[in-house]
Amino acid sequence: MGRLTPIDTTYFKDERAGDFTVIGSAVQRSDARGHVTGRTLFFEDLTPPGLTHVKIHRSTRHHARIDRVDVSGALEVPGVLRVITHEDVPNNWYVVLRLIGVGPDDEPVLAEDRVLYRGEPIVAVVAETEEAAREGAARVVVDYTDLPAVLDVEAALADGAPIIKQAGTNHFVYEGHPCRRIRFGDVERGFAEADRIIEGRYSSSPIEHAPVEPTGCIVVPQGDGRLRIHSNTQAAFFTLDNTALILGVPPTSLRVVGGTVGGGFGGKVDVIVEPLACLAAMLTGRPAKYVYSRAEEMQVSSTRAAEHIHIKDGVMDDGRIVARQVTLYVDAGAYSRHSPYGTTKAAAHMPGPYTIPNVHVDCYCVYTNRTPSSAMRGFGVTIGDFALESHMDHVARELGMDPLRLRLKNAYRDGDMKAHRKIASGTALVEVIQSAADLVGHDLPPEYRAMSSAERPEG
Amino acid sequence: MAIRQGRGYAAVNYPTGMNLGGDPSQALVHATTMGGFVVTLSSVDLGQGLRTVVAQCAAETLGVPLENVIVDTADTDTGPHCMGTFASRGTHRVGNAVIMAAREAREVLLRVAADELEVDAEDLETDGTGFVRLKGAPEKKIHVSEVALAAHFRQGRTISGRGIFLKEPSTPVPETGEMDPDSCQAHACTVAEVEVDDETGVIEVLRLYNTYEVGRALNPAIATQQVEGGAWMGLSHALFESTEPYYPHSREHGPLDFAAYLMPGPADLPEQTSVFLERPAGNGPFGAKGIGEMTANAPIPAIANAVFDAVGVRLTSMPFTPEKVLRGLDELRAGRAG
Repeated sequence: MGRLTPIDTTYFKDERAGDFTVIGSAVQRSDARGHVTGRTLFFEDLTPPGLTHVKIHRSTRHHARIDRVDVSGALEVPGVLRVITHEDVPNNWYVVLRLIGVGPDDEPVLAEDRVLYRGEPIVAVVAETEEAAREGAARVVVDYTDLPAVLDVEAALADGAPIIKQAGTNHFVYEGHPCRRIRFGDVERGFAEADRIIEGRYSSSPIEHAPVEPTGCIVVPQGDGRLRIHSNTQAAFFTLDNTALILGVPPTSLRVVGGTVGGGFGGKVDVIVEPLACLAAMLTGRPAKYVYSRAEEMQVSSTRAAEHIHIKDGVMDDGRIVARQVTLYVDAGAYSRHSPYGTTKAAAHMPGPYTIPNVHVDCYCVYTNRTPSSAMRGFGVTIGDFALESHMDHVARELGMDPLRLRLKNAYRDGDMKAHRKIASGTALVEVIQSAADLVGHDLPPEYRAMSSAERPEG
Repeated sequence: MAIRQGRGYAAVNYPTGMNLGGDPSQALVHATTMGGFVVTLSSVDLGQGLRTVVAQCAAETLGVPLENVIVDTADTDTGPHCMGTFASRGTHRVGNAVIMAAREAREVLLRVAADELEVDAEDLETDGTGFVRLKGAPEKKIHVSEVALAAHFRQGRTISGRGIFLKEPSTPVPETGEMDPDSCQAHACTVAEVEVDDETGVIEVLRLYNTYEVGRALNPAIATQQVEGGAWMGLSHALFESTEPYYPHSREHGPLDFAAYLMPGPADLPEQTSVFLERPAGNGPFGAKGIGEMTANAPIPAIANAVFDAVGVRLTSMPFTPEKVLRGLDELRAGRAG
């Protein structure tokens, strides 16, 4: 039995009714024994006869026009069976979120007349061995004409910035707006009424999911003509449906088998490897494997977006925050993937778990000439929380106020109206702060100790 | 030059489920001939324990021992649709779908048992050890395996159920951002204690204290793994990780392997002290909220705030490399000198 985190049942004890038999018990994880005894099968443990390997020739430029692609060198490599270019992909343009109505399709499976980031796939090479596939990919020759690259989110939105996207703007368009907006109360009036204005700027760099097992799949043609896709995807039907759309085949012609994932963290939600591996299997009639190398996982697979976040607070001397303006820039990289969704999620999260009467939020999903970012654990929230909670500390220091009391004073409670106009319920910020204060012996005065998420004190 | 200590705080909330909803998951449950129950899904267990937790949900709802439940998942030929494992949605969405399917299967189970015992189904209950028994007369009972055999071979009925959970999609109002983004919110508060070497700029996180409000810890061991692993990941983001060390000015020097892409090793790990609070969510499976993503978030600002407490440098850019600490210290000294 592993270590157990204790449950403090003195909080919310009237709401914890329920007498359970199996729920709440520390049952051992069903996959633990297989993992520690080496019996768990991952997709790469499959070795179907005649397996072929897919490797990619990638862009060496941040932003360039493609003048010429010469694959003849690849075809001369012994063991190379086939090269795949955009002309072989039935429906080359896609966006993974089209399944829930997000558009436009802004990303090619394989680049056509230009590349938007270093590492963008241009040609896939299918070969008898990994070595031959790698050698074939290295022998592809691409002639480029460099175009001006945009690598900074705020520069990308500046007047006169080179427009890198075919849709005509360097940002996603939200129903006619350049950003996802939240408008609640009157932030300018709030600033005017505040005793102080306290501002901060926060930012982050892109990071990698860093799974131990790289993203990949093995596709095995079946006797009935269907393709069986052994994948470490985090979302089996998401992968199946997007792959069917890209290949222009009925969804019933594909089967995804998965469920064992050596680390996901959001990195295996994009649909990148399966369409090309399926195409390789269809074109050769043989099983095909496409798995990222570690270097590809690090530099080519989607990152967590870098973000720039500006916060401007109107604060009263007693610690009440009466206005908060947040401007947030998500670096989506070259293509949308899940970033338009994540940017809306970032907006919904603002202004953090606090009840502030005047809120103004602009969240921009910005395109730049770098590796596309996409979903990652805490999508749309993690960097926002870094900014919000660093800023709360900054505000507390400026006011000379205890940082936990500042948070408790502003904490959202049941019945409060959030900035996105949903009534808060099931809140517990007050209680996690009280409990954490106890863990470190941080003294809270009685009026803060008596606070509750379920009710607001009078006045 | 000295080693300086500091303490920092952060408190966060985190939404359960895909933002704006519209992310369904389905489940099917059926009994085998001798009273096994198969939960059929297409959901993916990422190693966070989804298979285990939904088996617990099924066993609890059916009223049978956990050993009677098998989870068959992640095959699109056999399992009904699941949106995917992300957005802190797995336990909440799939758990709810499994409970719904198991309730339907349980109704049939009790009806079949009632016919075998010649009583009313409403008067029956399960005892959790494998028997269906008459309320108030526990000696009148029948084992689930006999019920299943009767259903298959005498009564010709399928003990089965279907379940789905969908939070209906919300559409934001473009002008105001009015929307219904989440099913519920989990909460966390982190206190970080750090040491900062003001000569080298190196930050060491000594201790992390965390309180997490999780709705209901369906499996406290698995929940413990989630929160401790998540805090480690937050610490790693805070201090170490970047695919572009010179972001945004240059894409050069991007790491290509784990030798260059740094993450904390065992010696970098702080002591962790954690506590769960449970405020059950009305729409959660047995009250559970999604906690998988939240656990990495609060440690990052808590560490930044602890560094400020230690040396007076406000770190505003992740990751918090020694270089950034030293540049901050230089600015402080220059400010004092000026």
